[in-house]
Amino acid sequence: MIDTVRLILFALIAFFAALGADWARDPAYMVHALLIMMLAAGLFVWQLRRFPVEDAPAARSVSAQACGARDYMDGPVRYGVIATAFWGVVGFLVGTFIALQLAFPVLNIDWAQPYANFGRLRPLHTSAVIFAFGGNALIATSFYIVQRTCAARLWGGNTAWFVFWGYQLFIVLAATGYLLGATQSKEYAEPEWYIDIWLTIVWLAYLAVFFGTILNRRERHIYVANWFFLAFIITVAMLHVVNNLAIPVSIWGSKSVQVFAGVQDAMTQWWYGHNAVGFFLTAGFLGMMYYFVPKQAGRPVYSYKLSIIHFWALIFLYIWAGPHHLHYTALPDWAATLGMVFSIILWMPSWGGMINGLMTLEGAWDKIRTDPIIRMFVASLAFYGMSTFEGPMISIRAVNSLSHYTDWTIGHVHSGALGWNGLITFGALYFLTPRLWGRAQMHSMAAINLHFWLATVGIVLYAASMWVTGIMEGLMWREVDANGFLVNSFADTVDAKFVMYVIRALGGVLYLAGGAVMVWNMWMTIRGPQSRPVTVALPAE
Amino acid sequence: MDTYSFLRELADSWALLILTLIFLGVIAWAFRPGSRALHDDAAAVPFRDDPAPRGPQDGATK
Repeated sequence: MIDTVRLILFALIAFFAALGADWARDPAYMVHALLIMMLAAGLFVWQLRRFPVEDAPAARSVSAQACGARDYMDGPVRYGVIATAFWGVVGFLVGTFIALQLAFPVLNIDWAQPYANFGRLRPLHTSAVIFAFGGNALIATSFYIVQRTCAARLWGGNTAWFVFWGYQLFIVLAATGYLLGATQSKEYAEPEWYIDIWLTIVWLAYLAVFFGTILNRRERHIYVANWFFLAFIITVAMLHVVNNLAIPVSIWGSKSVQVFAGVQDAMTQWWYGHNAVGFFLTAGFLGMMYYFVPKQAGRPVYSYKLSIIHFWALIFLYIWAGPHHLHYTALPDWAATLGMVFSIILWMPSWGGMINGLMTLEGAWDKIRTDPIIRMFVASLAFYGMSTFEGPMISIRAVNSLSHYTDWTIGHVHSGALGWNGLITFGALYFLTPRLWGRAQMHSMAAINLHFWLATVGIVLYAASMWVTGIMEGLMWREVDANGFLVNSFADTVDAKFVMYVIRALGGVLYLAGGAVMVWNMWMTIRGPQSRPVTVALPAE
Repeated sequence: MDTYSFLRELADSWALLILTLIFLGVIAWAFRPGSRALHDDAAAVPFRDDPAPRGPQDGATK
């Protein structure tokens, strides 16, 4: 029955996608329709080939139930780990390329216009690192952690596979859409209406799998990492739906019109934008931190009470911080002040969480010297501490008047994204790869160490150069002469920034090289000879 | 009163009070006497169920 329904569904999707490709009003929509048509046709054939034959023994499903039902479901986690590494390197590569474009504009290659210009590649970079690299890391680790802290297999059977592949489709649609010029021009929410609807479906399935697993748990208590993951999933669903309320101009085209206008739209966007940082890049990654740091250190989290307070304080405060993106705009002053005050209070729970993570190493500090994975986690928490101090500081109106619209913001974002999110994800990948593929440890510990230093030096070059150029640019913009005239033109600041842009790109090259070393190490671990003793129980799938 | 003014007044009076009280209540609850044993037990969760426990499906391990 369900097979027949699926067969009909795939046929209908392929048919309407073919119609869409024919009637498409813009190239992005046409490419997407063709892509979906081919996918649906492929799935149709796949479904047809595995269609159950009358009276034939259903051997496969029985054996799958017998072997796998009791064990954890790690297939989607394995795919997620590989997808994280792949999209990570893609995102770093695009980031390094657009950093070089800023330093050397000739790299906006003439014959590749308009597809390869900075304006289209930049959202490709931000989405690739945040949603493709970070999102895959979050989905994979949350599936891994929720099973092992609930002692329950993922709920919903193959729904977890739908979440994984559905999310990859979202990434491909978003990325190709940007290159072909389909964007709703909202930072970190650029994908157009039909991609947003697709992500909503995938995300609700993700919520169902995660929450279903928690409900099936055999532990009495819901471990704190799962609180952070659940808050991340629910809040992102809410943010995504509200910020993407838009009416398509035509269902055969990608263009849509926002429901909100003017300052309301700006406020909704930055309510979304800052909480994308707060819940996607912070709460979700804190969920990773509260599992992987204790596991790798071999001791429980420093203070469970502090982790509870950390959670509630973060949840209560972060949601109000968005208006600090809109100082000196049409947004009423009281709203901007509210956002600023909450941002400053937020410093406390952020550092509470950092201290909780670092102090977990109490009594095992020697591991920072001997264990490169622990060193990555510690450096990640240190960058978390630095960027959650810097953030409240530049949210203050007076500081913001200097820092806003300058490269300081870019430096701040990258010390958080490369330092906190990047390093903790690398640590998690090094933790997961041997366990998921049944190896004793990573192929090369020296390569992890090399990766650590490449990444750290890369971030330092990046952040330091952006501080210098950001503050310089802010000061140049506001410099006035004795008669009150501006001293510098905009082009003067661009000219002055050249050296810093080259240093920033060098930092990017180092960080990208670290990512390549990691991919090589993972490849050798997974594909390497299986002669080493297999110490980890491999779930049968 | 128009919607904006009503919501604004509700937000900075009752809603603020309720959210603050819930927050203080959560902290008080975390520090309640007798919570230490439960918290120590919860903090040990990551070390308990990896690999998957082999007990009966419906029986709680804890």
